[in-house]
Amino acid sequence: MVETPTLPIHEVASEIPPAPRGTPAWLRQIIAFAIIAVALVAFWEGYKALGAATGGMIPLTAARLPVRPDDKSMPHVFDILAALFKPVQRGSENTLLSFLLRSALFTWREALVGFAIGSLVGFALGVVFVHSGLLERGLMPFVVASQTVPLLAVAPMVVIWGSRLQWPAWLAVTIISAYLTFFPVTINTLRGLRSPDPTALELMRSYAASDWQVLWKLRVPAALPYIFTALKISATASVIGAIIGELPSGIADGLGRSLLTFSYYYVSGPEKLYAAIFGAALLGIVFVVIIAQVERMVVPAGRRIE
Amino acid sequence: MSHSSPVVSVSGVTKVFGEGDSDRVRALENINLDVHPGEFISLIGPSGCGKSTLLRLIGDLIKPSGGTVQVNGKSAHQARLDRDYGMVFQQATLYDWRTVRKNVQLPLEVMSYAREKREARAQEMLKLVQLEEFSRHYPWQLSGGMQQRVAIARALAFEPSLLLMDEPFGALDEMTRERMQMELLRIWSQTQTTVIFVTHSIPEAVFLSSRAVVMSPRPGRLAGIVEIDLPRPRAFETRESAPFFEKIVEVRECLRRDEVRVASA
Repeated sequence: MVETPTLPIHEVASEIPPAPRGTPAWLRQIIAFAIIAVALVAFWEGYKALGAATGGMIPLTAARLPVRPDDKSMPHVFDILAALFKPVQRGSENTLLSFLLRSALFTWREALVGFAIGSLVGFALGVVFVHSGLLERGLMPFVVASQTVPLLAVAPMVVIWGSRLQWPAWLAVTIISAYLTFFPVTINTLRGLRSPDPTALELMRSYAASDWQVLWKLRVPAALPYIFTALKISATASVIGAIIGELPSGIADGLGRSLLTFSYYYVSGPEKLYAAIFGAALLGIVFVVIIAQVERMVVPAGRRIE
Repeated sequence: MSHSSPVVSVSGVTKVFGEGDSDRVRALENINLDVHPGEFISLIGPSGCGKSTLLRLIGDLIKPSGGTVQVNGKSAHQARLDRDYGMVFQQATLYDWRTVRKNVQLPLEVMSYAREKREARAQEMLKLVQLEEFSRHYPWQLSGGMQQRVAIARALAFEPSLLLMDEPFGALDEMTRERMQMELLRIWSQTQTTVIFVTHSIPEAVFLSSRAVVMSPRPGRLAGIVEIDLPRPRAFETRESAPFFEKIVEVRECLRRDEVRVASA
């Protein structure tokens, strides 16, 4: 068989979107964050200044401002920042900042283990469900029910069981954290594993690929953007789970106890509670940023859900 | 050609979708077809004639309700397990987390080729479809025509004896489509692969094929087979030659005769 001579092909690949010139992405992120932070501080202080001027009333009305603008309810941002560098209590050598950092790190360790366990369980459930409609139909209602039961009711039970089984206290906290973590991962993993087109699956069938190969070469890579979205939700949830878990388990070194203690002493030092809240928030942000970084390394730019 | 044993042998095949339901569809009825080594066969007909269904039966993506499909002297099922055929769909169906190179290697990974062999084959295939310089691009960075060429490279990477193509150029514009047809003929002549090509374009079927298998709908069946003995290599001039138009007329007549027969029945 003799065939046509080769023709030059003049097709142009669509342009790869050029990287924005000048400021790198991470710097733009920080600048945007800083602008919003400044705006929030300005709003907070502006609200206080307004309240001071009107005696706590909404201007031109007889209505009170929803939150009292005094220093007890809303300490100055500067006071909150200043409190970070003062001793955590009278006579202590530790500043509030180092105390909070240590508490946050402690809580994060629990959250991290809980997150890891919860994510693995969540992923495994997603994989099981995509292969077995029967198990999905049978188990899914329980999975959903597990998330509607209030964590405040579940946490003490886990702690009690844990102590009966002579677990170390942090393990119960970790389980509670995992309990809050696995659900979004299950739902999103399942969704992601089902996302390939029928033809993408038929292609694998035409290669006589095994279920295992279909899972790892098609379903899981296709699910990654979904899974990472879930991991970001779960990261914040794992921190909440760890903080709540610390309360009934009597762990004194984490953010949970700090938040509780500072809320007891709110009247004498409200800025400490606010500082602790920011500590918890910061922990969540750091966690999510780390996961976003991992996602950047694992998922090609064209596929990220952003 | 009839002396060699057929690559594909379809005999007495019927396919009913939704068997047992009141709204079951008789997609194919009593299909008999032999495809010989090195042939380029088009399955052509209006939508609903079952041409894609027939292709998918040959590829063992679905099972027939009756009759037998043999590929390389084996059952279609065994042929699929033996990786006897490559498949190209209307959508390129590239995995968009893989680069072009990695997409071409996908079947080789599934079939446990050694890494060096995979790299070498992918290189060779991308050269064949003239996309070497795009090996590290991602699918979404390529035009539709280029994506479809990657899909062809992927289908041929493991050297199947049979290439099944389901309206592969259906989503492309007319100009790209004609260029892709030339490309495909060049690749076909270089690889000696047997091709079964589903299309609803009469000029496409005539330009490409050695035989056009004309099908008609409700229920899907063979209306006739048109031998297309236009000289090869076929080129742009082929499309403007008198014999080309004669063959187009012949295929069209075949389709119309069947319509008339159905209408008068």
